[in-house]
Amino acid sequence: MPSLKDLKNRISSVKNTRKITKAMQMVAAAKLRRAQEAAEDARPYAERFNAVLAGLAASVGNSDTAPKLLAGTGSDQVQLLVVMTAERGLCGGFNSNIAKLARLKAQELQAAGKVVKILTVGKKGRDVLKRDFADLFVGHVDLTEVKRVGYSDAQGIAKDVLSRFDAGEFDVATIFYAKFQNVVTQIPTAQQIIPAQFDADGAEEVSGLVDYEPSEEAILADLLPRGVATQIFAGLLENGASEQGARMSAMDNATRNAGDMIDKLTIEYNRSRQAVITNELIEIISGAEAL
Amino acid sequence: MADTMQFDLVSPERSLASLQASAVQIPGSEGDMTAMPQHAPTLTTLRPGILKVEAPEGTSEYLVTGGFAQISAEGLSVLAEKAVPMDEMTRAHLDELIEEARTMYKTAQEDDSEHGLVEDAAKLLADMEALGTHMSL
Repeated sequence: MPSLKDLKNRISSVKNTRKITKAMQMVAAAKLRRAQEAAEDARPYAERFNAVLAGLAASVGNSDTAPKLLAGTGSDQVQLLVVMTAERGLCGGFNSNIAKLARLKAQELQAAGKVVKILTVGKKGRDVLKRDFADLFVGHVDLTEVKRVGYSDAQGIAKDVLSRFDAGEFDVATIFYAKFQNVVTQIPTAQQIIPAQFDADGAEEVSGLVDYEPSEEAILADLLPRGVATQIFAGLLENGASEQGARMSAMDNATRNAGDMIDKLTIEYNRSRQAVITNELIEIISGAEAL
Repeated sequence: MADTMQFDLVSPERSLASLQASAVQIPGSEGDMTAMPQHAPTLTTLRPGILKVEAPEGTSEYLVTGGFAQISAEGLSVLAEKAVPMDEMTRAHLDELIEEARTMYKTAQEDDSEHGLVEDAAKLLADMEALGTHMSL
């Protein structure tokens, strides 16, 4: 049985932990709001961009001269997985869920006899995947120094991916990130970015009446690389919101657990204090009786 | 004839403007053009330049780099990779852009892999410098 002093120390240390998790929760809540705003601000651009691109792709895509980024290399032998996770932990299952999805996909592809390459964005996913796939890593993008993810960060990643594609290092690229649903739910998502895929229903009807400057093909060739950057950017922003949401609910749970623990410890503390008093009384009384 | 049209300017990070405009001057990659209501549907890519919006409430100017403009029956949407309102633009800002273009030009020259890339970068650099003169900063 722990002494009174031990219990007291224990209670105060749990109280401190609760303070910390509470603070982290509040910080995450504030950051979440900002991340959500950023994700919402970016949505109109991505939506319009994809609508135009889908329209263009529908009209040009089937010709023989279609750009490789759209039509693919004609093979799917080498697959690049771009796994985007957070730079920091303490956010519940956020990082491990994305990593788990990526791992499943990698194993599935390997079982099908494909060559898998992995590019990681964010330190946490890299740490998790290192155990199984260290020899598949082709690169890592570090965003530790980045306070607020900007379009230029996405452009940097896109440039890296595209130059590898141009060099013929892979045939198909897929990005992994968590889609933000709400504070408790983030859905790990895999999305193929090269060759580009579009929702058929998202395609805007770009009729033959539209003038193109320069030609349709040239515009498409110009826009496709930007499309890759746009998709990566959207993924990064969703990830940002998801990370903060996951951290918020994880820290909320931690705060609540700490509260429960304090209650339990306090009861134990009071009981043993009571027991000590009772013991002392018994000693005094039996001492008096002996006289 | 409608005398205004819906005009939207969006960059990847935020939406900068959404208003009724009477005319918009677009720095298209093949030359400037002015879009007015009832313009024929057009899709054009942009070169770095100045986007001039004339609205009943007054004119405003934005500096845009790369991206595209879509003119349709509903109006005009400009999707610019980078867009900065002119009154927020400073010399330092422009210098940064020029510096960026210059590094790109240099790396393209060094790689010398594709001829087109060097030309593109040179054009970008020239566009950026022309911008500086235009703004008379």
